[in-house]
Amino acid sequence: MKYKNLAVTNPSELIFGQAPHPVETRRGLKIGGGQVYAELNFTLPMMSINNDTLTDVYRHYREIAEGALTRAVELNSQGVVLEFETLLEMTKTPQTGIEIVKIMNGICEDFYQKHGLKSEIRLTPNDLREFERPAKQRTSALLDPMMELFEKGALAGGDLLSIESTGGKEVSDEALLMCDIKAIVFALAVLGVRDMQFLWKKIVTLARSHGKIAAGDTACGFANTAMVLAEQKCISRIFAALVRVVSVVRSIVAIEEGATGPDKDCGYEGVFLKAITGIPISMEGKTSACAHLSPIGNISAAAADLWSNESVQNIKLLSGMAPTAYLEQLEYDVRLMNEALKSGTADALTLQRLLVDSDRYTDPQALILAPDNVIRISKALVTGDSYVANARNGAIEAINIIEDALQSGKMQLSELETGYLPLLRDELDSIPDKESDFIEMMLPLLDKSKFIPSEYGL
Amino acid sequence: MSTLIEQIALCVENGKVNMASPYPPQMKGQPGSDELTKQALEENVLPDDILNKALVVAMNKVGQKYSENKIFVPQMLLSAKAMAASMNHLKPFFQSGEVKRKGTVIMGTVMGDLHDIGKNLCCMMIEGAGWEVIDLGVDVKPETFIAELDHHPNAIVGLSALLTTTMVNMGVIITSIREKYPNTKVAIGGAPVNYDFAKQINADAYSKNPQDMIVWLEKEVA
Repeated sequence: MKYKNLAVTNPSELIFGQAPHPVETRRGLKIGGGQVYAELNFTLPMMSINNDTLTDVYRHYREIAEGALTRAVELNSQGVVLEFETLLEMTKTPQTGIEIVKIMNGICEDFYQKHGLKSEIRLTPNDLREFERPAKQRTSALLDPMMELFEKGALAGGDLLSIESTGGKEVSDEALLMCDIKAIVFALAVLGVRDMQFLWKKIVTLARSHGKIAAGDTACGFANTAMVLAEQKCISRIFAALVRVVSVVRSIVAIEEGATGPDKDCGYEGVFLKAITGIPISMEGKTSACAHLSPIGNISAAAADLWSNESVQNIKLLSGMAPTAYLEQLEYDVRLMNEALKSGTADALTLQRLLVDSDRYTDPQALILAPDNVIRISKALVTGDSYVANARNGAIEAINIIEDALQSGKMQLSELETGYLPLLRDELDSIPDKESDFIEMMLPLLDKSKFIPSEYGL
Repeated sequence: MSTLIEQIALCVENGKVNMASPYPPQMKGQPGSDELTKQALEENVLPDDILNKALVVAMNKVGQKYSENKIFVPQMLLSAKAMAASMNHLKPFFQSGEVKRKGTVIMGTVMGDLHDIGKNLCCMMIEGAGWEVIDLGVDVKPETFIAELDHHPNAIVGLSALLTTTMVNMGVIITSIREKYPNTKVAIGGAPVNYDFAKQINADAYSKNPQDMIVWLEKEVA
């Protein structure tokens, strides 16, 4: 990892609305510059996307943007980010995705002109490379439509560029189900890091050439999958917490390559990125229960600069369309956080403490997100001369924190859970410092029909 | 001393694959399902007994423990690996028809969708319950299901989807399948679907988890 020190060393400074390196957008949002904004994420209701339905598809996105921004104005919102996380067909056929960006950007601009509402679009194309199995990370023709959507979508008004890239997922899917922490470190700290370096050089170059913002990349398909599997009682919560920590070394590569934030919502690792690099981050918590359940509904807001809902279908609720309803929920949450910030440091810290303490000891995944623990783990993450060593050191520190909480009696976990602690520690201890030694250790153990080493420069 | 059948069942229940496998620690250095199945066949234990009295019984116990949150998926996967090691020895008996499985289930994540963790878990559990599983993978088109049904016309089909924009493809696939195979039973599963949706697209069942699908297979189809 290029970072050797933390941008934020004091837990009380790892707080919502304030980042050491704020990001200012085209229409004047200052993300991380002293207040929190809502970030609304949405998707289509049950429907096909094809030539026959495109008119309806466009109508849905128009309705979503107009409904959300209308409500934002009514609630005196200080600004909104609309995350357009494309559906596969919209990246496969970039023109579809570009058209939707144009529609929504037109609405954003209209509200800016008429009402002074500042809003921006985060454009998140799909990583299509996953369609080919094993994936051709570097040589796939599917990179072309992805990059076309990034470029033309950015020009159409998608100012914040993000992706949930999938390099290493070929290994991590099975590793998650086997709670194989060494394979997870290989997937994220070797394959993931290498793929992020490849992909984010391209995205940052493109963003810079058009004056757009290279925002960030989350390990959604890795660490959030682990969280959801743990929530479904498929795998250990302790293991899921460690996957989150390991994912930091993979997601930070976007910033090392030049991304500036705001990091994307579904990356709860964002809080570590904020501590280490100082970029602003988007987080999601209780407001994302429409998309998935989680044990970190409050604590995830403690350091959020954008507050998101992950994804909601455009369906009718009693109050109105669901994205409009969720925008309202997000707005009230950020209004509270902004009021706390306005009231002064003491009030802001009180709210931060309540958000943290209400979740902290309920789950190891919450525990590691407490600002003091984020700082502790981040210090361990920047220790070491390889991404592999960084990941291992961070994960071991997370185990130390979980064990401390158990020994103090503040956190209770079942024996089924705690049985994993010594096993995971032993596995992590066996990981060598050098990437080359680790690769030599792991390659013979992995199913090479699932991934192509040369596509990662191996 | 326990019989070989009991020993094989114990190995599968505990995920003991072979002599070399270190898991579970308390069985380290002992033969696993691999060696014990080989030995059982050499001692003329009926392959059908190995399948139904050892493997299926053990995997049922594993499924039960999982349903009761007494184990996680990794333990279940190790049991599945131990079962697979036994099944390797039983393959010739399946091919000769001497041993029959309960039936065939063709599984796939529907076209346009790449999510397969849930589907993979389902495949593993159903196989463990004594069914032959043909996993067609992800992004599976109607014609691929039909081509597989041409080889296994009595098979049951399981469809998986995770997106609101791909769940609609389940209905398309069911319609295509029924045009050629009107009596084929189809179950669906995945985050956005439910019982009402299953009824709406003429699926025969909605399974909220792998255990649900096994129960349906056993009750309605077997």
